[in-house]
Amino acid sequence: MKRNDIKPSEITPEAVFLNRRKLVAGAVAMGLLPGCGQPDATAAAIPDGGEFENVQPWPASTTETKSPWEVVTTHNNYYELGTGSYSIASRNADSLKTDPWSVEVTGEADRTGTYTLEDILQPHTLEERIYRLRCVERWSLVVPWVGFPMGDLLQRFEPRSGAKYVQFFTLADREQMPGLRNQVLEWPYREGLTIEEAMHPLTLAAVGVYGKVMPAQNGAPIRLVVPWKYGYKSIKSIVRINFTSEKPRIGDEQRSASGWTWMSSWNQYAGNEYGFYSNVNPNRPHPRWSQEVEQRLDGTGGLSVPVIDTQLFNGYADEVAHLYQGMDLIENH
Amino acid sequence: MTQRWQLGLLKAVVWAACLAPLVWLYLRIYHQAGGYVANPSSEILHTVGRTGLNLLMITLAVTPVRVLTGLNLLLRFRRLLGLFSFFYLSLHLYAFIWLDLGFRWNIIAGEIVLRPYLLIGMLALLLLIPLAVTSTRAMQQRLGRRWAKLHRLIYPIAILGIWHFWWHGKQTGNEPIVYAAILAVLLGFRIWRAWQRRSLGQGVSTP
Repeated sequence: MKRNDIKPSEITPEAVFLNRRKLVAGAVAMGLLPGCGQPDATAAAIPDGGEFENVQPWPASTTETKSPWEVVTTHNNYYELGTGSYSIASRNADSLKTDPWSVEVTGEADRTGTYTLEDILQPHTLEERIYRLRCVERWSLVVPWVGFPMGDLLQRFEPRSGAKYVQFFTLADREQMPGLRNQVLEWPYREGLTIEEAMHPLTLAAVGVYGKVMPAQNGAPIRLVVPWKYGYKSIKSIVRINFTSEKPRIGDEQRSASGWTWMSSWNQYAGNEYGFYSNVNPNRPHPRWSQEVEQRLDGTGGLSVPVIDTQLFNGYADEVAHLYQGMDLIENH
Repeated sequence: MTQRWQLGLLKAVVWAACLAPLVWLYLRIYHQAGGYVANPSSEILHTVGRTGLNLLMITLAVTPVRVLTGLNLLLRFRRLLGLFSFFYLSLHLYAFIWLDLGFRWNIIAGEIVLRPYLLIGMLALLLLIPLAVTSTRAMQQRLGRRWAKLHRLIYPIAILGIWHFWWHGKQTGNEPIVYAAILAVLLGFRIWRAWQRRSLGQGVSTP
């Protein structure tokens, strides 16, 4: 289940990284190193050309019809880039700057600190994984993600035994995100998983779609993908990962004490509608609509968009049902 | 006095305006006019729903505008506008049953009963049926004073319609508030006028 081929020492805190950069710059200036080293074939990085190379196929990908690129990149809910129609995020995408990017790691882990995106990606091998994505609003996609198991990344931070939950934060920068003026949710956008869910081999850290660098509206440069949960759990444009020993409860006192509030933004907004787990479940209706069926946006146009049955855990029950053994899935929705 | 040909032309314009949303929808869905349509089902559902609501508001605006401007000609188009509103709202229900839920009748029945916003929308549409059926001049004459009484149902129908829109709460932002404000003005006008008539002691009644 865990891949142990990644050594925690391969991750470098920013201070060290910056120092190293200075050393390297000095070395280049002195003519000791070639100006541009060729990275090894499998090392992950965001390619300048926008197209990933050496993406490994993943044998367990679904063979269902993929949602076309146009659907995947125009039908996005990304409230920080705009609320209203689903296409607004793609129209405002240019305002989000994703280079340089860094991720802050905090909480119950031995290797906390701020890491550049380059350092985050470097030791991983990218795979193309075709997953179903089910939105709580009753439409679904089939998306070929480019990414690597989130658990492999989290392991490198050496979470302590006290780390029971992992919380993720999206960027909240008013300069780049026009939607932040709209207080639909309390910003920054937050999502959380139990450590077991976060470490599950299906849980993906995604950096691209369709072999290309992740478009801003899809959550560039790095996002979470949890295919058995409703789409809003798969948080976009991650700038912070926080390991925590307990699920944060209600309240402003929590916020002032530790700098963060509820584990999950939508759960905070309406807990009866958007539960902490938010596993796809046709037997647990949203208070305002049934979740028994979904519209599969597979590029079929006009009046023929398929309406298909929604499956428990979005069809990933064989892989993930054991995480919820003995749990009442209606109560713990 | 308006000439016959002028009236004919006006009628054609109103028909064209009422059908324009359908043409636009066709161009959106089949020719991606105005940007790529990733979810045609929801585009259709929401376009016909909004159009039905818009036409309902316009129908309700006929009387206030006529009173304020003296354009009695407007009254001739009220029936047509009301029927088009009914047409689009029926399409809205049909799109829901077909495109949203794929004719899964057990789910459809459960949904309408279990979700208050759907029940409200359904009720509004059902109440529109007797109004559509009795909208002809012959029926108006046959029903006499009761016709005007029956057609006051349009007020609760409009309230239910906007309530339905407000409550469904998906991707609508401030829109329902705008509709509610417009409806408040349109209904407020009637209350103001009824109050004014009573204080003036006039018994004249125009629906």
